[in-house]
Amino acid sequence: MNVSITLATARRIMTQLRHDHRTVALMLLVPSLVMILLYYVIDDERAFGQWAPVLLCLFPFLVMFLVTSIGTLRERASGTLERLMASPLGKLDLLLGYGIAFGLMACLQVAPALAVSLTWLGLDLAGSAAPLVVVAVLNALLGTAFGLLCSAFARTEFQAVQFMPVVMMPQILLGGVIVPRDQMATALEWISNALPLSYAVDAMREAVTASEVGPSFWRDVTVVGGSALLALALGAATLRRRTP
Amino acid sequence: MAVRDLRVRRGRREVLRGLTFTVPRGGVVGLLGPSGCGKTTLMRAIVGVQIVESGTVTVLGEPAGSPPLRARVGYSTQSPAVFSDLTVAENLAYFASVLGAPRSDVSRVIEEVGLTGAARQLAGTLSGGQRGRASLAVALLGRPELLVLDEPTVGLDPVLREELWTLFHRLAGDGVTLLVSSHVMDEAARCGRLLLMREGAILADDSPAALLARTGGRDLEAAFLRLIAEREAQPA
Repeated sequence: MNVSITLATARRIMTQLRHDHRTVALMLLVPSLVMILLYYVIDDERAFGQWAPVLLCLFPFLVMFLVTSIGTLRERASGTLERLMASPLGKLDLLLGYGIAFGLMACLQVAPALAVSLTWLGLDLAGSAAPLVVVAVLNALLGTAFGLLCSAFARTEFQAVQFMPVVMMPQILLGGVIVPRDQMATALEWISNALPLSYAVDAMREAVTASEVGPSFWRDVTVVGGSALLALALGAATLRRRTP
Repeated sequence: MAVRDLRVRRGRREVLRGLTFTVPRGGVVGLLGPSGCGKTTLMRAIVGVQIVESGTVTVLGEPAGSPPLRARVGYSTQSPAVFSDLTVAENLAYFASVLGAPRSDVSRVIEEVGLTGAARQLAGTLSGGQRGRASLAVALLGRPELLVLDEPTVGLDPVLREELWTLFHRLAGDGVTLLVSSHVMDEAARCGRLLLMREGAILADDSPAALLARTGGRDLEAAFLRLIAEREAQPA
């Protein structure tokens, strides 16, 4: 691993995004527009206060998963990955480069949606907004890490997109978003305990309701961050310098 | 560069069937043969991105693909491998930092491949030939000691092709070893040495002049045909 190569890779991915104005506009605007839509659909301040943070955290997770898996697949198809694998770049340099670039994008994505929610839509947080931002950015990293890992098992863009429901939907259903986790059947609760998004949802709930986050928040956040790193390490293991 | 009994299998097909040859430092070596004969696979094995079944490839005294070699060997794939959503200069700046090459290399290689006018253009908007040269420029970054170039002159007009071959010979004069693949026989005459490949085996390994003398052919195309006929006449 080499810090300057990692940072150069992150900068390169950001530059690629910068040339793609439409993608940047969509990434930055869509979450805010969906929050506004949610506000008028629910039409109830208290219920909006429960659902808004869920969306704020799921957005970076879903978007970064898709963007990363398509991005790495394109890199494989265009031959740039083979070229990089013949170069001094370390496998972790590439994966961490993606992680840093999309982590920054997640900050940029959450900021406007959070600002719109807190001001115009009157979202009420018990404490400061910082813990919520922490959870959102970690979710983006988790999405990026899963995207990198899954792209190793996808040969085409169509397959990569199909991995989204496979990886994401069970985590959302079992993560306590729709039904609280302690009300699920025991077996399902166990599975839910093994899925990183469950901890992200718990952390997000605490970030919204507690006036000051406690040790359980930091434990949840550590689990999410640790899972992201584990997925990155697995991603590095599936990346091969030599291919058939 | 020394290749010894190199065998590569892709699926059920044996793509390289026990190749053995050595190439001394400096000079332009042409790798010629019909499409599908294993040229690209051999080049991938030399840069160390190909899974090989058996045999050894030693490059500049190190096993192919080993970490110390990665900045000393320049590789340009057959289809241009550049980021289409970055400009030519941005592409080169990124690969320069990966290779640890100085910043000044970016403008040097852009000039060497004749892309000065298109440096600020997105690689995706370049013509096929320009994109190929952008990809070649990446391989020239950091002054590698060995250049492995897979069909670098495909689709180029004669003037540009001439310029690139002048560049290749200048690099060879500076002590760089170049392995250049082509399926066009008229390029073979420009190489100091030729490796003729067919169906995963080396058919001939000689200088163009010696090949012509040995086969008595008018040109290298005829020499190649003569060699194939000779080989097929021999009992297997």
